[in-house]
Amino acid sequence: MKKYVVIGNGAAAVGCIEGIRSLDADGEITVISKEPRHVYSRPLISYYLEGKTDLDRMLYRGSDFYEKNGCRVLFGDTAVKIDAEGKTVLTEKGEAVPYDALCVAAGSSPFVPPFAGLETVGKKFGFMTLDDALDLEKAIFDTCRVLIVGAGLIGLKCAEGIRERVGRITVCDLADRVLSSILDADCAAIIQKHLEDSGIEFLLSDSAERFEGNKAVMKSGKEVEFDVLVLAVGVRANSGLVRDAGGEVNRGIIIDGRGATSLPGVYAAGDCAEGDDAILGSKRVLAIMPNAYMGGRTAGVNMAGGDEKFDRAMPMNSIGFFGLHIMTAGVYDGEMSEDREDGALKRFFVKDGVLRGFILIGGTERAGIYTSLIREKTPLDTIDFESSKKIAANTIFSPEIRRKKFGGVV
Amino acid sequence: MKRVYVNEEWCLGCHLCEYNCAFANSKLDRMAGLKGKKIFPRIHVEGDDRITFAVSCRHCTDPICVKSCIAGAISKVDGVVKIDRDKCVGCLTCVLVCPYGALAPGENGTMQKCELCLSNRAGKPACVTGCPNGAIVYEERSEEE
Repeated sequence: MKKYVVIGNGAAAVGCIEGIRSLDADGEITVISKEPRHVYSRPLISYYLEGKTDLDRMLYRGSDFYEKNGCRVLFGDTAVKIDAEGKTVLTEKGEAVPYDALCVAAGSSPFVPPFAGLETVGKKFGFMTLDDALDLEKAIFDTCRVLIVGAGLIGLKCAEGIRERVGRITVCDLADRVLSSILDADCAAIIQKHLEDSGIEFLLSDSAERFEGNKAVMKSGKEVEFDVLVLAVGVRANSGLVRDAGGEVNRGIIIDGRGATSLPGVYAAGDCAEGDDAILGSKRVLAIMPNAYMGGRTAGVNMAGGDEKFDRAMPMNSIGFFGLHIMTAGVYDGEMSEDREDGALKRFFVKDGVLRGFILIGGTERAGIYTSLIREKTPLDTIDFESSKKIAANTIFSPEIRRKKFGGVV
Repeated sequence: MKRVYVNEEWCLGCHLCEYNCAFANSKLDRMAGLKGKKIFPRIHVEGDDRITFAVSCRHCTDPICVKSCIAGAISKVDGVVKIDRDKCVGCLTCVLVCPYGALAPGENGTMQKCELCLSNRAGKPACVTGCPNGAIVYEERSEEE
């Protein structure tokens, strides 16, 4: 009987387990989970604070998931070493877990820059895990002043999650705009305005020079008083286990299309991995949940003796703030064209006759049709792309293609 | 398994399927109760004055919405792609990935999709039953078609 080990307990781990079980019903699966919690959806922690979900509903899989899949889960234990030659994972609590195939789905950790005086701050939190959210929930109160360092996806979702529960929120970022990893300047300005209208204050192109207890002294010289500090500067892939075992690591653990690392029998998936970006054509860490699940699933199938490739990873984000939805996908290169209507903004990036990327603010209806054009690299001269810029529709395809899509099994 | 298929040559563009869908998934006594209300059907008619056709979930062999849902709210059970609307937080990731444009938010902002009327009052696809021109059918077709 084959022995599988999965390090991690998030979407990539679930994908891996479901991938293994799609081919191998009997193999032994051991899951090493640092968090002593049943698998839950990390991105839902802001929705939890907002009251849009609760601890039961935010479980990513049913509470019988591990039981049903015959997994032994080491909750509250941490993998500390991979012995690649002996094919064994050593844990903090002293277990030596042997494997025939191992998947590292260890996620990422918050990156905290060495701010001067950070140790003088009493109430400071990250915003990655459910424990972070629960700790933050305990610390906030209705007149609480919150400073969030980082105007990225994590920092801003945190801001939305607690907006109704605190007195004031200030978000600062070294970047000159919000969501700088997914939005261009024009789009970021629209979102910033919307967030400001929703009661969030910003200090952009500025960062904390030092902290003095409940005060941040900014590089600009401004001073911000706060009761609670949230650090959401960025994340780093948890790649150390594989690096220490001699595996190839860059920003993340280097994997091929099958999810395999450079170490025999060792796979990786999710936020800790650096795999092929099908649109960019090179490797990068794509720390988004759909890729985590899909990469994990591919790794699991291959660990169980299958032969599957996950060659469709691409950046994409769907994220809403205070009722306004943003969707982005692909890369923003080539020629940009835009459509503005009823407060919605759509930007499309076309290069070499194919759609490479888009940014939608509002107007997200049926956006998956656009995403599929990027994913399939559909030559735009074979469809009526122009007509679809206002609203994504299946009318852009030829009747033959539509017959396949809607008249056949897909 | 049986799925819903459309034949655009026969679609009149009458939008009756949208009303039949909304009614089948409602708790209303009579269809007339939909009059004057914004409806949130799980099938929608696309097209223009030349061609029209109805679009609903394809219940894909390898559904990307199931793999992409950040809440774990979408699953495939006995061939039917279903959404647990209690778990859905309305992030719209499924809208971003579905190549058919088959999912849309319902009245409360959580997502809804065609579940073939298998667990509502209709028991079988109401869009098919009510289509006046046989443009929407519910049948078994092979993978090769």
